[in-house]
Amino acid sequence: MKFTKDHEWLRVEGDLVVVGITEHAATQLGDVVFVELPEPETMVAEGDEVCVIESVKAASDILAPVDGEIVSVNTKLVDAPALVNEDPTGAAWFFKMRLDDLSVLDQFMDEDEYQDLIG
Amino acid sequence: MADLDEGLKRLGLHDLHVELGGKMVPFAGYEMPVQYPAGVMKEHLHTRSAAGLFDVSHMGQVILRPKAGMEALKLAFEGLMPVDVLGLAEGRQRYGLLTNDRGGILDDLMFTNRGDHLYVVVNAACKAEDIAHMTAMMPGVSVEPVTDRALLALQGPGAEAALEAILPGVAAMWFMDHRVLGEVWVSRSGYTGEDGFELSLPMAGAEGFARRLLAQPGVAPIGLGARDSLRLEAGLCLYGHDIDTTTSPVEASLTWAIQKSRRMDGARAGGFPGAERILQELATGPERRRVGLAPDGRAPMREGVELFAADGTPVGHVTSGGFGPSVNAPIAMGYVASHFAATGTALEGEVRGKRLPVTVCDLPFQPTTYKR
Repeated sequence: MKFTKDHEWLRVEGDLVVVGITEHAATQLGDVVFVELPEPETMVAEGDEVCVIESVKAASDILAPVDGEIVSVNTKLVDAPALVNEDPTGAAWFFKMRLDDLSVLDQFMDEDEYQDLIG
Repeated sequence: MADLDEGLKRLGLHDLHVELGGKMVPFAGYEMPVQYPAGVMKEHLHTRSAAGLFDVSHMGQVILRPKAGMEALKLAFEGLMPVDVLGLAEGRQRYGLLTNDRGGILDDLMFTNRGDHLYVVVNAACKAEDIAHMTAMMPGVSVEPVTDRALLALQGPGAEAALEAILPGVAAMWFMDHRVLGEVWVSRSGYTGEDGFELSLPMAGAEGFARRLLAQPGVAPIGLGARDSLRLEAGLCLYGHDIDTTTSPVEASLTWAIQKSRRMDGARAGGFPGAERILQELATGPERRRVGLAPDGRAPMREGVELFAADGTPVGHVTSGGFGPSVNAPIAMGYVASHFAATGTALEGEVRGKRLPVTVCDLPFQPTTYKR
C-alpha cells in the first residue's frame, strides 16, 4: 500500500489502483455523514477534486492522486458514510482508477514513511 | 496540543479536560475542548439519551446590584432590552436580548432575579463589551463581573438524577427555576433542548464537583462540537452567526422573548434601544426572517450557503448548518425574505456550485424536553 501527503492510501488490485483515506485522516475528520462520489468512467487529472467528504465538523475533498480514469466507485459509502470511520482502509474504499503506467505510484510513501509524516 | 496561541486563556478545569482526552482548540479567546475521544456524534447522542457535562466557564457571569432598590435596577435593565424584567419573580430565570439603537442584537443572555440583585450570563465573545455597555448605560447599577466561578452545564434525561445524588433539592426545580444550594448557583436551563441544569460554583471546588458528576452513572464529558449540533437541533441561536448587530429580534424570530408589557400598548411599551424599528417590525412584519431549513438530500448546507427561490431569485443565506445526529439528517437555519419564510416553501441552496433542494421548516428539529 502507498500513501500520499494528502492522507490517501493507494492499493494496486490487478491493473487498477484502489483509493481511500487513511485511518489518521478519518480520525481527524470525525464522524463522516455525507460522501459525494464521481461518475464512473471519468478521466481525471492529478489534483482534481473528485470526492467530497462531509463530517459533523466540516467538508473536505479527496483529490485524484494521479492522472487516469475512474472506472468504479464505492456506492455503499453514499448510504453508509459512517463506513469511512469504521473501516477506512478496507470496506470504505472510494474509487478505482486505471492508470497508463502503474510505476507512477513509486513516487508515493510507503507505510513507514507515512507513519513518520503523521507521527 | 501544547501549541495553541499564547494569548489564549485556560479554563479552571483545563487539566481535567486534557486528562479526559479533550481535543483543545481556540474558541472566544479560550482553549476549549471541542470533543473528547468519543467524538461529536456519540457525545451528541449520549447527551440526548443519558447526560452530558459541559464546561462553559468561558461565558461571562455578571452580578447587577442596585444602588437604589431592586425596582430601579429592573427598570434600568429594561432600558437595555425589549424584555420584561420587572415581572420576573425571585428565583426565576429569563432569556434576554441587549439591543442597539438600530434594533440589532448586541448579545443574547440569561438573567435571574435573585431577590436583591440580578445574575446574568452572557456570551464569552461579547462579555467585555456587554459589561462596558451595561456599566455605561446603567449609572445607578453596580455591574460586577464574576471571575472566580466556573460554569458547568449538565444536560439530558439523566441530568436530574445525577445532580440530585450530589446536590439534593434540584429535582424539585422546574424549567427556568434558579436556586442557591450551598455554594452552587443552580438554574434549570441549558442550550441543548434537553432538560438539564447550569451550575455556577467557586473555581476552587469546581474540578472536584465535575469529577463527582462524571462518576455518576450515565454522565459523560461533552465538547463544544456536540454543544453546537445539540443547540442547532433545538433551533437555538448562536450569537455572531444566527444573530448579530444587524439582525433584529423580530427578524430573528425571537418575538417570544418580547413580552406584552414591552410591546405597543403594553404597560411599559418601548423604552429600549432600537424600539422604533422593533415595534414597527412587530406591527407590520420584518423584511426577512430566521427559519429552519431542511435540505432534501443528504449534503449538509453550512453557514454561508446562498439560498434561491425556484425561479433563481436570491432570497437569503444559511447562518448555521450541519448534520443533526438525533434527527439523522442535515439541518440548517438561516434568513430568508419574509415572502419565502412560510413552512414548506421549496428553495434551493448552492453547495459547491450546485443548486440543491431545501425546504423551509419549523424549529426546533428535535422536540425539547424541558421540565415544565
